[in-house]
Formats: sequence, structure tokens, C-alpha cells
Amino acid sequence: MKNMKKEKVYKKPAFWFFSIPPVGWYGVFMLMPLIMLWAFSFGSTNEQFQVVLTWTTKNYLTAFQPIYLKILLKTILFSALATAICLVIGFFVALYISFSSPQWKPFWLILVILPFWTNLLIRVFGVSTMLSNSGMINKLLEFFWNKIKILEEVLGWQILSGDYFEPYDMLYNYGAVVAGMVYVSLPFMILPIYSSLDKLDISYLEASLDLGASHTRTIFKIMIPMIMPGIGFGIFLTFIPSLSTFLIPDMLGGPNAQMIANVIQRQFGAGSNWPLGAALSFILMYITFAFFFGHMLYGARRDKR
Amino acid sequence: MKKTSNYSRRKFIATTGITAAALTIGSKFSAFGAESKRINFMNWDTYIGPNTFNDFKKALGVTVKLDLFANNDELFGKLQNGNPGYDVIVPSHDMVQKMTSLNMLVPLNYDKIPNSKNIFKKFQDAEFDPGRKHSITYMWGTIGIGYNKRKVKGTPDSWKFLYDSPLYANRISLIGEARDLIALGLKYLGYSANSTNLKHLAEVEKLLIAQKKHIKSFHSDNGQDLLLANEIDLVQEYSGDISQIMAEDKKFDYLVPKEGSTVWQDNLAIPKGAPNLENAHKFINFLLDAKIGRDIADEIRYATPNEAAYKLMDDKYRNDPTIYPPDNILKRCETLKFHGLKMSQKYDEILTRIKAA
Repeated sequence: MKNMKKEKVYKKPAFWFFSIPPVGWYGVFMLMPLIMLWAFSFGSTNEQFQVVLTWTTKNYLTAFQPIYLKILLKTILFSALATAICLVIGFFVALYISFSSPQWKPFWLILVILPFWTNLLIRVFGVSTMLSNSGMINKLLEFFWNKIKILEEVLGWQILSGDYFEPYDMLYNYGAVVAGMVYVSLPFMILPIYSSLDKLDISYLEASLDLGASHTRTIFKIMIPMIMPGIGFGIFLTFIPSLSTFLIPDMLGGPNAQMIANVIQRQFGAGSNWPLGAALSFILMYITFAFFFGHMLYGARRDKR
Repeated sequence: MKKTSNYSRRKFIATTGITAAALTIGSKFSAFGAESKRINFMNWDTYIGPNTFNDFKKALGVTVKLDLFANNDELFGKLQNGNPGYDVIVPSHDMVQKMTSLNMLVPLNYDKIPNSKNIFKKFQDAEFDPGRKHSITYMWGTIGIGYNKRKVKGTPDSWKFLYDSPLYANRISLIGEARDLIALGLKYLGYSANSTNLKHLAEVEKLLIAQKKHIKSFHSDNGQDLLLANEIDLVQEYSGDISQIMAEDKKFDYLVPKEGSTVWQDNLAIPKGAPNLENAHKFINFLLDAKIGRDIADEIRYATPNEAAYKLMDDKYRNDPTIYPPDNILKRCETLKFHGLKMSQKYDEILTRIKAA
């Protein structure tokens, strides 16, 4: 069995028996909708609000108008920013977990996975209640504010202006959107980096330290290059879903928070323009493919070295 | 709705099985009068009396299975490619017009709806459904300004405070639905809410782009929550949503601005392909009953078009200006019309540009 060549497997009937149902399922439920969406992107909506396939390219021409490109660019920038923040936080969290004692590791990992037990909508709603004017953070600030105010009276100093605590506006702006994206994506950054770190042979790090390298140098020259596949995968898993988020800008964003997915979502609803929505989706998908391809090329180059 | 929690899990599976069978078989054999003892009702959330379904079951032995939809586009999407088995739906005014124009609604048989005489005369005809051939008004209301009395000086009786003024900068939120947002901008500028004049629409766009820096958010029909959470002091919202928080906290109030607003109507209708036509008519007739109508209005606090039910309501409801705005203001309100595909797309393009500016 051990030496059996991979190609030979194809000759076994059992292989076909067990692989056709799942592959078929995947084909029907994953590829068919995509193909239909792709066809829609070359269609037009008639007065009956139905999509007819006319093989027109006007949807793509519309999608390449500056306004949509600007929104697309904004989406990419925000996703990149959220990914970068995730990378910094995620790296250190993963580092902490992988170096914590074995009996604590499962506990930390469960904490990381815990948010997945609830629906995305509920999680984003949770963020919004935390950041709101009557939310936990403002309540905490108010508590300290009042304590300082009492102290002021006792000491006769003037530190804070105003008689009442004015809550800080934290919701409905770009900051809240990025915070929401980071919160939702963070586990996808932590887990792959953690799994790379976990497999990393500690003796490499010990050798580096023994030979006189500083801790910083060991992290940047030895550890990071060795866990690069995990980091790459983490960036991949964080950046791509961020591109297509519409819930977070909708729930946490201000009047400017319009990502490309919000525009796409509206085309399938009130905007009544499925073909444009489909064309925009495919442009987003091509960008994703480009990113994926870049990632693969990078991986191939790294493997050669 | 909480109603479904009365079912046990087994019963639920059994009933869904029956529904599936009823949906397939029922539609084929309804010609023989073999209707199932249940109907499928698709309604907005929290939009029915607490005991309405039980009362209906007691009265006629027919079970109501409730499904919810969150907005008209969702309702349209569910029925666009054929009716999956709904008997009674509750589309808003312009959606009735859209669905009628696309031949998606069954003409109502008024012989089977004797309670339709209970409806106020002014709702017995409508521009969006001439002669009320396809729909009967279920509830109606306005869009206005909900506000926090403690934070707002005087009464914010103009759309100006939301559309054209830095006075409440960063303390205001507007509706995020393109059509309503634009229609009320048109009202503020003195045009008809139904204007399709591109120049008028461009003026609204310019107005909102200039005002945007003072707007905290375009909300997705959760304006009352923003008000409750003290995020904002003024919000453009549906009357009933604000009534609900006014009942919780006296510091909130609601008014329809002096420029007028839009009056919306949600309507009972039967979609094409409804498997239980007979029971659908019975159910509509039942909802229009005076006492049943009173129970519903009492629970959901929207304006009832049912004169007989209205007479049974207490003075508190009947004199509530949130539910029934003063006549001189109501006169300046319009009901939105459906303007076809091109305009639907146009409204959305305007919203995209406003948000991207």
C-alpha cells in the first residue's frame, strides 16, 4: 500500500464510487450558481424584472466607471488595513498561545474559536453594543470620569472640563468598520500562524539564541521565515473575506461606509440590477484570483529555494 | 413571532411534512375543493395581534403558518420565480403596483370578503390599486422625525433639520432606503415625492452630499434603536417604530414635518399560485373583522384603516398624533408610486453616489 503510486488509485472502482458523489455535489452546488452568476453578468433586466441573457458587455463597462473603481479601491485599502492589524495582533496572540503551558493551550484555543459558536450578525451586533454611546466602554470611561471628578473636588484641582461625562462617539465611522473587520477576522489569522508555530522545532530558536542572536533578531530572521506559510495563509483567509463584507459597514459604518459588497448587495435588492451586481461580483472574484495566484507563485518560489 | 414556540419538535416536523405535501398536492387538486386545513401567511415581523392565529383556528379550524419578510424586495424575490406556496402576503403600496403590473397577484373575490365594508371609505380606492382589485389595506402610517425631547430645542417640524442644516451635526440619522430617502428630500425642496424629473433628483443628490458631513448614519430601519442608545437625537423613521419606544420612554416624540411626508400602506393580497384560495379569502375576511382588527391595532400601534375596529379603540389610540397626524399635515403627504425598472435603478445609483461622495 505504502508504495502504491497515486495514479493507480484512479483505476480502482472504489475510488470512483466514493469520489463521484462528493465531487458531483461540489460541482452542482458550488459551480452551477457561479456559472449562472457569470451568465447573469452578460445579461440585462427586462421590464418584468427578469434577467435575460443578451451577451451584452454593458454591465462590465458600467462596473468600470470611476465611481465603482473608487469604491473597489476603498474596499481593498480597508481590507488591507484590517489584515495588517490582524497580522500584528494575531502573530503575538499565536506566539503567546504556542509558548503557553500545554494544559492552558486548549483553553486559549477554545477562546479563539468561541466567537464562531454564534452567528456573524450577533457578533457584529455585540461589537456595536460595546462601542455605542451607552455601551460598555463609555460606561467604564464614565465611571473613571466620575471618580476623577470626586478627586478634583477633594483636592480643589481642575482636571476635567464640563459637569457631566460626554460619551465618546465610537460607532458609525471608519474606525468602527475597521475594528469590526479585525474582530471578525482575527481567529482566521491566529489559527494558521499558531499551527505553523506549533510545528516549529524549538531547537532552531535555541540554536539562534545560543549563538548570540538577540530575541528580536531570532524572531525576524529565524522564526518568521520558518512560519511564513502560516502567515501567508492567515493573510489570505483574512483579506479575502474582508473584501466581500457588507454586514460590518452596514451595521457599524457612517454615511461614507460603502464597500463594494454593499453596492453588490443592493443590486440584488432595491437596485433591481442583478446583471450589474453579477459583473461587480466577478470583478471582485478576478481580484481574488489574482491574489490567490500571486500567493501560489510566491509559495512555489519559496519552495524552490 | 413567538407563536411557533408552542409547537413541539415532532409536531413541527409533522406539520412541515404536511405543508410540503399540501404545497405539492394541494395545488394540483384544489380544483376538487380539497383544500388543506392550513394557510401560509407571509407577514412583516411583530405585525399581528397576540392571539389572532389562535382565534382564527378556533373560529374556522384553519391553522396559520407564518413566515416573515424584512422588506418588500425580499418578498418580491421570494415570489419572483413562482409562488413557493404562500396564500396571503402583505406587500406595501408600490409593491402592490409592481406585482399587479407583473401579473403576480390574484384578483380578490369580494363576495367572500364581506368584512371589506368595515374599511374606511378613503381606503376603498387607491391610485396604486384602482378599485382595490388586488389588495386591501391592512395598516397604514407615515414617515416622520422621531426625536429626543431633552436634546432638541422646540419641535423639529421641518425636514430641514435632517436634510439641510448643521444644527444637529452628527446627531441625526436618515433612512438608508434609496427611494424613501430621495422622496422625502423632494418633499423638503417642495417637489412631489413622486417626481421623476431628473433635475429635481439631482438637486436632492446635491443637498444630501452637502449635508452628509452632519449625518451620523444612514440606518437600516433600526432608527429607534439608535435613538434609544443615545447615538443620535433626531431620526427619520416609520411612525410605528417610534411609537414603540415612546411607550418605553417619555422623552421621545414623533412628528410629521410641515412640508409633508409619505404615507405608506401595507396591504393584504393573495399571490398567484396560492394553494388555498378559499381559506386565503376567509383569512383576509377574518383580519378585517372589527374585534380582530382592534386586537391587532392595539398590539402593533399602527393606524388601522378599519373603521369598525377604529370605533372600538380607546381615545388614547384615536387621539395619538403619532398614529394619526393632524389633517392639515396629512393633506401634504403622498403615497409613493412604482415608477418601473429604470427609476428603481436610478434611485439606487443616486444612493451609491451620495455614499461615495
